[in-house]
Amino acid sequence: MKTIRLFLVASIALHASFISAQTAEERGLQIAKAAEKADEGWGSSSVDLKMVLKNKNGQTSQRFLSNSFLELTEDGDKSLIVFDSPKDVKGTATLTFTHKVGSDDQWLYLPSIKRVKRISSNNKSGPFVGSEFAYEDLSSQEVEKYAYKFIKAEGDLLYVEQDPVDPKSGYTRRIAVYNKDKGYRLEKMDFYDRKNSLLKTLTYEDYKLYKNKYWRALTLNMVNHQTNKETLLTFSDYNFAAALSDENFTEVALKRAGK
Amino acid sequence: MNAINKAKNATNAFAKNWANFVIKFKWPVLIFTILLATGLASQGKMQFDGDYHVFFSESNPELEAFDALQEKYTKDDNVIVVLAPKNGDIFTKENLMAIEELTAEAWNTPYSSRVDAVTNFQHTSAQGDDLYVDDLSYESVSKTDAEILEIKEKALKEPLLVHRIINETGSVTAINITVKLPGVDSATEIPEVTIATREMITNFKEKHPEFEVYTTGLVPLNTAFFEAAQRDLMLTMVMLLIVIGVTLILTRNIFATIATLFVVLFSIMSAVGFLGLNNIKLTPPSSVFPTMILTLAVADSIHILITFLQKVRKDGMEKKEALVESMRLNFMPVFITSLTTVIGFLTLNFGDVPPFWDLGNIVAFGMTMAFLFSTTTLPALMAIFPIWKKKKSAEAAQEKMGWYTNLGTFVVARPIQLTLISTGIIAILTFLATKNVFNDEFVEYFDNSVQFRTDSDFVNDNLTGFYNVEFSVGSGESGGINNPTYLQKLNAFEDWMEEQPEVVHVNAFSEVARRVNRSMHGDNETYYRVPTNREEAAQYLLLYELSLPFGLDLNNQINVDKSESRVTATLENISSAEMIAFSNRAEQWLKDNAPEPMHAIGVSPTMMFSKLGFRQAESMFNGNIVALILISLVLMIALRNFKLGLLSIIPNVTPVLVGFGFWYLFKGTINTGMVIVFGMTLGIIVDDTVHFMSKFLRARRELGYDARAAIIYAFETVGKALVTTTLVLLAGFIVLSTSSFALNSYMARITVIIILAALIIDFFLLPSLLILISREKSEKTVTRAPQVQTN
Repeated sequence: MKTIRLFLVASIALHASFISAQTAEERGLQIAKAAEKADEGWGSSSVDLKMVLKNKNGQTSQRFLSNSFLELTEDGDKSLIVFDSPKDVKGTATLTFTHKVGSDDQWLYLPSIKRVKRISSNNKSGPFVGSEFAYEDLSSQEVEKYAYKFIKAEGDLLYVEQDPVDPKSGYTRRIAVYNKDKGYRLEKMDFYDRKNSLLKTLTYEDYKLYKNKYWRALTLNMVNHQTNKETLLTFSDYNFAAALSDENFTEVALKRAGK
Repeated sequence: MNAINKAKNATNAFAKNWANFVIKFKWPVLIFTILLATGLASQGKMQFDGDYHVFFSESNPELEAFDALQEKYTKDDNVIVVLAPKNGDIFTKENLMAIEELTAEAWNTPYSSRVDAVTNFQHTSAQGDDLYVDDLSYESVSKTDAEILEIKEKALKEPLLVHRIINETGSVTAINITVKLPGVDSATEIPEVTIATREMITNFKEKHPEFEVYTTGLVPLNTAFFEAAQRDLMLTMVMLLIVIGVTLILTRNIFATIATLFVVLFSIMSAVGFLGLNNIKLTPPSSVFPTMILTLAVADSIHILITFLQKVRKDGMEKKEALVESMRLNFMPVFITSLTTVIGFLTLNFGDVPPFWDLGNIVAFGMTMAFLFSTTTLPALMAIFPIWKKKKSAEAAQEKMGWYTNLGTFVVARPIQLTLISTGIIAILTFLATKNVFNDEFVEYFDNSVQFRTDSDFVNDNLTGFYNVEFSVGSGESGGINNPTYLQKLNAFEDWMEEQPEVVHVNAFSEVARRVNRSMHGDNETYYRVPTNREEAAQYLLLYELSLPFGLDLNNQINVDKSESRVTATLENISSAEMIAFSNRAEQWLKDNAPEPMHAIGVSPTMMFSKLGFRQAESMFNGNIVALILISLVLMIALRNFKLGLLSIIPNVTPVLVGFGFWYLFKGTINTGMVIVFGMTLGIIVDDTVHFMSKFLRARRELGYDARAAIIYAFETVGKALVTTTLVLLAGFIVLSTSSFALNSYMARITVIIILAALIIDFFLLPSLLILISREKSEKTVTRAPQVQTN
């Protein structure tokens, strides 16, 4: 009896040590890299989206935007956002160059004065146009921006803690849920604020597979647990065929896109 | 007369049977009451609620207006930590580093959503078409002296900072911690924030003794309420000692004292059970209930005990016999005084301030239980305890009797004179009473022994104001806040506000519009004005929205569909009347100068408190009338005399007028807590009238005395008792008047004056009036000169 128990303990210990041959940090990083890898090579895309802001009383306001992205491997991605509504901001456009290290570059085009303004700000934790999404949630997710820690696996779902490297981040950590079986796409993300209380939860829904490789969620829902506000992003079909290049992501292009 | 005698006999018989029953079954009665009291107490729960919202009923129009505003915009509470460096300059490297450090620490405050400090202020500067948005002083450790000087210049020019986060000279600064309380249970959420901030500040002070630290804000206000309630609850202990002392002195009997202690403690235990059963959370006004119950309940016991001991000591009765006799004599008076007290306290429900409903109901319940325990536990215990007969007290009592007789003789000799003099004094004081003005400045609810008060005073004197008024100014159309006409009017309103002498700081959306316009024009000061084109304004707003830091969004200032914006005026320490006047002036300005959709009313917690006294007085008015009618009815029935019942209104009402008259000379401003004293004291002071009049009537009816002799008889029989109960009541309310919380201490102070005035009026005006109205009658009947008169 005693020997059997000893054997059990030993085998469990062995098993455990086998798993922890790789540290939680290493495994977390490995998953993040795998996810990046799985989504590599899409080139460029464009999409229209509807943003619905909902406050705690259920009052809503809407915005329509069009978005285009350019994938870069040596540095962060580039993106262009054009506001289509409300009417008085129609044509206002932003151009963002994400950088793997250091602050992003951002330009804003205001059609009312027909000028491009360059905005230098290292404030990424602020909300994006009143939504529950912060810039840091929307900007391209570069592996270098976080430290990782694997938490657990539940079937195909992998829970990984991501600690932002930037001291100006609004978060102490995020818990990302990757779906290993579906190209490491994200299913859910919990955001913890600076005092480490749960701030927001983002759920990714209506996934669609493009080019048989790239998963894109067509519905993103961000719920702020502290303010009870919500932001729902609904995407139209992604267009991967536009074949955009650097030329489509310049100040001139920004002006042209805005009009 | 026959019927009356029957009724009287019936009550006498009832009281006798009751007493016999209690004495016969003393042990079961005692055990039953112990079980009742402990059973109720076991349901008891002492919970506190410090949220200032408890002072407002759901239908309070100011609360409704404020809630409506909070529904449109972000709702939040705050803690303001104010730092005053001893070197008198915030802008040194070390001080900025310390501020940064405390700001970072402050982000860990529970429920915090945003921390604003001078260091993390989002400063925007423009160079041509390049916009730079950055923390005013990030990583201050790396700043050079020149850079720090530049930071100082920028900060002292910034309208969003000066008088809000820093003072004009840059010697005092604030860290504003915005918290979003879930509002599920303020009794746990508020202390959580308070404990965390206090610990943070203690640590900071230890590490940085070069700073003086002050704390104010809405959360500390709530905490101050919370702690005031707990402190006032502690006054119970003082009162308990007084009760023991008074009972010992008056009865000179340890068993009587123990029995009294049982009665008052059982009453309080029952009241605590009432709290638990009704899920009442204690607030500063309601936390004085044990002291009130102690004060009022002890009188019941003392009346019964004194008669009992007198019968034993002076009349040499046996214990049981004396108990029955005491119960027979006191049952009705104790019942009537309890009933009037209960009615008085229940009328607090007419008011508009929920904590006083609680106070009224708890004390009413406690007094009902006190009546029950005084007529059960008390006689049962006295029946169980042994009694030692002593004889020596008789002479002392005799001497006092002489004093009251002399007073009676004095009064009956000059009824007209006394009536005129008292009427004159009362008239003058009544006139003065009307000159009192309402003032509910909630910071001043706390006296200088409370740190919240001294800290808030410092902040008021050196940095910004605690009081504010907010206006939600509409544009009448969705997205209309970008309409240039709206912006110009809003700007004019902002300018008008800035000119008002009581205004310390104005926060308006027009300022944002001006600032962004300037940034968009390369920081050219001539563009520090609102945009003149709607698309421009809208797009600038979008840019502004894109530059907001974590924890801030437009919703702080602009409603969801961008049709209204909020204007906040921070005010200096001014009285409620001035506050209301300012708000009215602002409302009028909008009416006179702006289109209809822009008309708005001033709301804020400050405004809610400003009008609380008026609301309470208005709603208590009906309650007071009801109390007066009910209590006069009780008196008419108890005295079985309509005319005297009516007459009793004079000695019952005038003490309050006298009280407020004196108050005008003493203070001149009254708060919400004092509005309740009419109903409350009516139930208490009426006891004096009842006792005096009933003895007067007894002398007239049963002994056949004329009015003058009956008055002297009344003085002789109840004079001492009235003085005694008045002293006990005074003791209780003097204890309460030491409260650090003005709603309680002012209420107690004026009650002290009213109770004293009631005794004096009952000793001078009431007997004079009784003689005057009895005049025609006494002329007809044979005047009997009682022996006492020749004493």
